Amino acid sequence: MNIRVLAVLIVISVGVAFAAPMSVQVRNGRVRATPSQLGAVVATVDYGAKVEAGTPEKGWYPVTTADGKTGWLHESVLSKKPIVLRAGTTDAATGASSDEVALAGKGFNEQVEAKLRREGKLDYSWVDRMSAITIGADQLAEFRAQGHLPGGAQ
Amino acid sequence: MNDRRLLAEVLVLSLAAPVLLCGCATVSEAGTGIAQAAGVLTSSQAASINRSVQAVEKTWQDLTPEQEFYIGRAVVAQVLQTYPPLDRPQANEYLNVLGQSLAAFSARPETFGGYHFLLLDSHEINAFAAPGGLILVTRGMVRCCQNEDELAAVLAHEICHVEKKHGLSSIKQGRLSQAFTIIASESAKQAGGEQLAALTREFEGSVSDVVTTLTTSGYSRGQERDADAAGIRLLQRAGYPAAAMVTMLERMDERLADSGGFGFAQTHPSAKSRADALRKTIRDTEPSPDAVRQQRFSAALQSVLASR
Repeated sequence: MNIRVLAVLIVISVGVAFAAPMSVQVRNGRVRATPSQLGAVVATVDYGAKVEAGTPEKGWYPVTTADGKTGWLHESVLSKKPIVLRAGTTDAATGASSDEVALAGKGFNEQVEAKLRREGKLDYSWVDRMSAITIGADQLAEFRAQGHLPGGAQ
Repeated sequence: MNDRRLLAEVLVLSLAAPVLLCGCATVSEAGTGIAQAAGVLTSSQAASINRSVQAVEKTWQDLTPEQEFYIGRAVVAQVLQTYPPLDRPQANEYLNVLGQSLAAFSARPETFGGYHFLLLDSHEINAFAAPGGLILVTRGMVRCCQNEDELAAVLAHEICHVEKKHGLSSIKQGRLSQAFTIIASESAKQAGGEQLAALTREFEGSVSDVVTTLTTSGYSRGQERDADAAGIRLLQRAGYPAAAMVTMLERMDERLADSGGFGFAQTHPSAKSRADALRKTIRDTEPSPDAVRQQRFSAALQSVLASR
């Protein structure tokens, strides 16, 4: 075999060998059919869920979800650190230190916000209202098409 | 390069990769390791020192997207105490469709809670990007924009502040060291009463650092130019003309001169100097505005653009 080809194969096999579990670090991860934020959503993954991630291409990981669905997730969705939702679960029991696992909900969290709300220090009503504004994929596609904005290119 | 040498180098790199990726023990770990070997420290003492040193070594870059989300929410709640929201559902929906359309092309298209946009009922010319993707734009700023492309330029600039986590970078390190030490000592998800009180204090301080930067002191000039340059690239990827950023800044400069230099003028480098710097970097000329985009911009923002 040509040595250059062999070198390329080694690089590829090392890449494949590193296909590893990664954790979803956003509240609602949307798995896309294509490596594009405008791609159709084929599955959703919750915060802390694990996916098998392959070698990324331009910021997009090919992934397989726990229930076997495949698609693409942007790197901003994923963390290399396992995310454990509660102490006492299997991952926490392996004895990994908090530096190796991100314990979801630790630190500046819902509990801290709840305390500020209880004490009447901050009014979150408009924060909740603006966060509730959601724009569907169809609405976005229509907006871009009507406005003569090219779609898809990242 | 000689083929055999190439193969050897690839093999060495392949074998070294896992070590390079994973083998980064901190200086403190090395230090306590030596002390343990010399019998100066017990293993539990060493572990305890390593935990607290690691907590102090952590910076704003170590905040998780979830923590960033909660900081951003509190930042917006606090900014809204000074700048009231503008309750115009149609205008806010348009702002969100436009913003989402841009955020999809950002280098950071997903945050913990996603990007959301809101108009503020203020004549001051200003816009604020809270950590995590909550973005606020005053009606005074909307009035500086003559078309959708220019409003897209404003939003692209703000999205880039979120992408680059400029808000988080303004949190004082002392607060974060305290917070990370408390987090490291928390044994479970739920913090106890005293820990929660201490954590909430550091949280409030962190939020206040970001709000002060957004509303009073401003980001550094370097960060603003970063957001301008990245904003132009984002605009282009999303299909808008780069020139819109320049024309928007030039108009803003004129309006700021009329307004006596409040708001945006206090927290940003001069709009004219930013426009001049950008004009040198872009090649495309100012295109005539797209008729559909012009029409929907005017229709959705009619009441916002109307007289004071």
